[in-house]
Amino acid sequence: MPAPIRLRELIRTIRTARTQAEEREMIQKECAAIRSSFREEDNTYRCRNVAKLLYMHMLGYPAHFGQLECLKLIASQKFTDKRIGYLGAMLLLDERQDVHLLMTNCIKNDLNHSTQYVQGLALCTLGCMGSSEMCRDLAGEVEKLLKTSNSYLRKKAALCAVHVIRKVPELMEMFLPATKNLLSEKNHGVLHTSVVLLTEMCERSPDMLLHFRKLVPQLVRILKNLIMSGYSPEHDVSGISDPFLQVRILRLLRILGRSDDDSSEAMNDILAQVATNTETSKNVGNAILYETVLTIMDIKSESGLRVLAINILGRFLLNNDKNIRYVALTSLLKTVQTDHNAVQRHRSTIVDCLKDLDVSIKRRAMELSFALVNGNNIRGMMKELLYFLDSCDPEFKADCASGVFLAAEKYAPSKRWHIDTIMRVLTTAGSYVRDDSVPNLIQLITNSVEMHAYTVQRLYKALLDDISQQPLVQVSSWCIGEYGDLLVSGQCEEEEPIQDEVLDVLEGLLVSNLSTPVTRGYSLTAIMKLSTRFSSDANSVVSIYGSSIDVELQQRAVEYNALFKKYDHMRFYSEHCCFVQILPALQVQSTHPPCFTGSIYTSSLFYRFNLHVLYYLVSLLFQANDLLDLLGGNDVVPVIQTTLPTKPASAGGELLDLLGDLSLSTYSKNGLKIEFTFERANPNPNIAVITIHATNTTEADMTEFVFQAAVPKTFQLQLLSPSSNIVPALNQGSVTQVIRVLNPQKQQLRMRVKLTYTHKGSPIQDLAEVNNFPPQSWQ
Amino acid sequence: MIKAILIFNNHGKPRLSKFYEHYSEDTEQQIIRETFHLVSKRDENVCNFLEGGMLIGGSENKLICRHYATLYFVFCVDSSESELGILDLIQVFVETLDKCFENVCELDLIFHVDKVHNILAEMVMGGMVLETNMNEIITQVDAQNKMEKSEAGIAGAPARAVSAVKNMNLPEMPRNINIGDISIKVPNLLSFK
Repeated sequence: MPAPIRLRELIRTIRTARTQAEEREMIQKECAAIRSSFREEDNTYRCRNVAKLLYMHMLGYPAHFGQLECLKLIASQKFTDKRIGYLGAMLLLDERQDVHLLMTNCIKNDLNHSTQYVQGLALCTLGCMGSSEMCRDLAGEVEKLLKTSNSYLRKKAALCAVHVIRKVPELMEMFLPATKNLLSEKNHGVLHTSVVLLTEMCERSPDMLLHFRKLVPQLVRILKNLIMSGYSPEHDVSGISDPFLQVRILRLLRILGRSDDDSSEAMNDILAQVATNTETSKNVGNAILYETVLTIMDIKSESGLRVLAINILGRFLLNNDKNIRYVALTSLLKTVQTDHNAVQRHRSTIVDCLKDLDVSIKRRAMELSFALVNGNNIRGMMKELLYFLDSCDPEFKADCASGVFLAAEKYAPSKRWHIDTIMRVLTTAGSYVRDDSVPNLIQLITNSVEMHAYTVQRLYKALLDDISQQPLVQVSSWCIGEYGDLLVSGQCEEEEPIQDEVLDVLEGLLVSNLSTPVTRGYSLTAIMKLSTRFSSDANSVVSIYGSSIDVELQQRAVEYNALFKKYDHMRFYSEHCCFVQILPALQVQSTHPPCFTGSIYTSSLFYRFNLHVLYYLVSLLFQANDLLDLLGGNDVVPVIQTTLPTKPASAGGELLDLLGDLSLSTYSKNGLKIEFTFERANPNPNIAVITIHATNTTEADMTEFVFQAAVPKTFQLQLLSPSSNIVPALNQGSVTQVIRVLNPQKQQLRMRVKLTYTHKGSPIQDLAEVNNFPPQSWQ
Repeated sequence: MIKAILIFNNHGKPRLSKFYEHYSEDTEQQIIRETFHLVSKRDENVCNFLEGGMLIGGSENKLICRHYATLYFVFCVDSSESELGILDLIQVFVETLDKCFENVCELDLIFHVDKVHNILAEMVMGGMVLETNMNEIITQVDAQNKMEKSEAGIAGAPARAVSAVKNMNLPEMPRNINIGDISIKVPNLLSFK
């Protein structure tokens, strides 16, 4: 078998491949050769083969069959073999393979090897991929090496100890004695890794933290030496002496000084010194300054120092180097909660960063800007942020829009400004707005009653311009459905649309390809609502969708049609038709489902629920409608002379009683007596509150007692729920119910009353009219 | 902690990949591809910090990349490392490579992957920075290479010869060499026509 080719040859060969397929072929051939060579157990060329295998692994080809070979290499005596073997172990093996445990013995032997480089290799491998079992077995060896005087090994042992602690935290105690004089080393490498070890121990265990606090003076001294010492060529990086070590020490000081006054005080001087003396022309200086600033902000430093730190960050913001600006924005974001006022001073610079070309900087600046918004600067900031929203990349728009909504909700100076801002967001970034913002907006608009007219006009205008942004379209169609009467009632500041135009626009939404099914649902409902407010008939539009392919639309259209047909005459009692007033409130709840997102499924689910409630209410009103029919046509209701039993009935009812005070009893028949008491509602003097008390003088209870009332057209009636629907026998108790009547035109109050109940097993129904309320009740 | 160190060229071919956390082979390759995708989209004059991709830990981990000639050096770190410090570390790494390979270029990294791994092993161990002093690193790497060479046996003969010549201490050539009078007859050359 010819000698396997060298790694270099292999690389050269692979590079000549022109296609992926060719490369794969070459590699497969070589893999086959390597496999047969492994089978032959050839010691001389094993390391060459494993090196080639590692190269192929880097390119992405499977190399797991080389794992055992790596172990064999590690066990070999030659340094070359060990080197490649350990490298292979680090690249190919990890905890999940069982094979790795076989390495433990080899590593143990190598940790005690005579050559320091072999020991170094072993430490390196253990520190990279040692599993918890391996770490447990070998921790003792590592600890021994931590105490050696060989600085090469000591620094490696320190980092290996960090890995051991990460894998097996219980072993931390074991390394404690070895750390005693780590900091008195002169070698910077050892110092560096020791500081890393101490940092890891302090972060993991509060006891260790307390223990190591006493090292603060020593650390401060080392840092001072680094700064004050003159030029030392071996540690110099761009003019600063060992910046890596400085940064590490600053980080450890941060951890030690956190929430501890004494340590923080001991550090104050050195931090001030570093902050003022470090040169900032190169990246290294800035790296140290950045770390210093973070430390100052984290420990309990005095306020002068904190102001110094924030000013340094402010200076960073003006730096030309983008990295520095990025880093400054990140740190400001962390400190804005605690030092809000100091950061506010740099607000204008931060807002300028919004216009930067770099995506990372823009994102940080946007987050920071939202954190800085408060009641005082809301107008100015919002202007900048809206401008940013116009011009930023799509990936930002969703976050920016949500941020704007939140900020506007918290700090809006006026409702009009709030609505204007929302409109601006909807028109510029409408399609990126999150799903749940549509119901939130609808809620907001509902609550700002005085802005309804203004809002609906603006939304209508926006709709005329552009129907592609779904959230905007949904909110607009809801508003038009709700407040369409305001739109055409003459309150418009500009050109007023007529009813047909409005309906045309909504129909346009229904047919447009740009509308999603949810939007179509909204506009269909809006058309339905308008059909009660407008005088034109939207029935035809709605019925077309009775045969729509979309199940949701079809269902809505059919149900609305049914409503229209059945209760068509009620359309003219539109002012009484409180069901259309109920619908918006219910619909808003339907888009606020607690656990689903605003999907069409849930809106239809709640919609169906609402519709059932609707039917129930409508049926109640329908029965009330019968009463209204009895009262007569639309306008003046002729007084129908009562056929009521006003004479005393058998059970000793009372006559109509026009009492001086505000109570009168108006009905008494078959043992059921109903008494009306009366008061005016505060604060609205147009509302009369009537309470009925129903009592029963017979021996049997009256169950399923339902009291209904209807009033003429100029009044509005509201029946609250009764206390119960059983009137107990023999006056043992009464049923009370509250009626509220709105009487804006101060006409004579009249009421038609219908009673149903079950008495002694048979249902009884009765009608009565009440038209002699005391004048005080309605004047 | 440094999670991964990747070096790839402008077309995305990996030249070195070292992971300090455990991922499967497929995931490793995917990470390399994803990182290349993120890094290559960047313009020249933007900052060197990016959020990590989904596979490598998302927004907790940052990618710090530097572009030297045809190679991207990308270090994936978590929040415990200072970003500006890592930038300097990359610089030190590249300068060390430069010293070890004498004007390092991409070809050096291609043909001497194992040597690059060895240098890296002296700088970063287990995801933590071990040594940042360039001279120290180079001394140690040289010493280990010497050990390797001394073991190489017959195959190392040419290498040994080369290093022997390099290390040869030539005594100073005497300025005047007195050869003495040598009469050399210079033949008459026929003139060429």
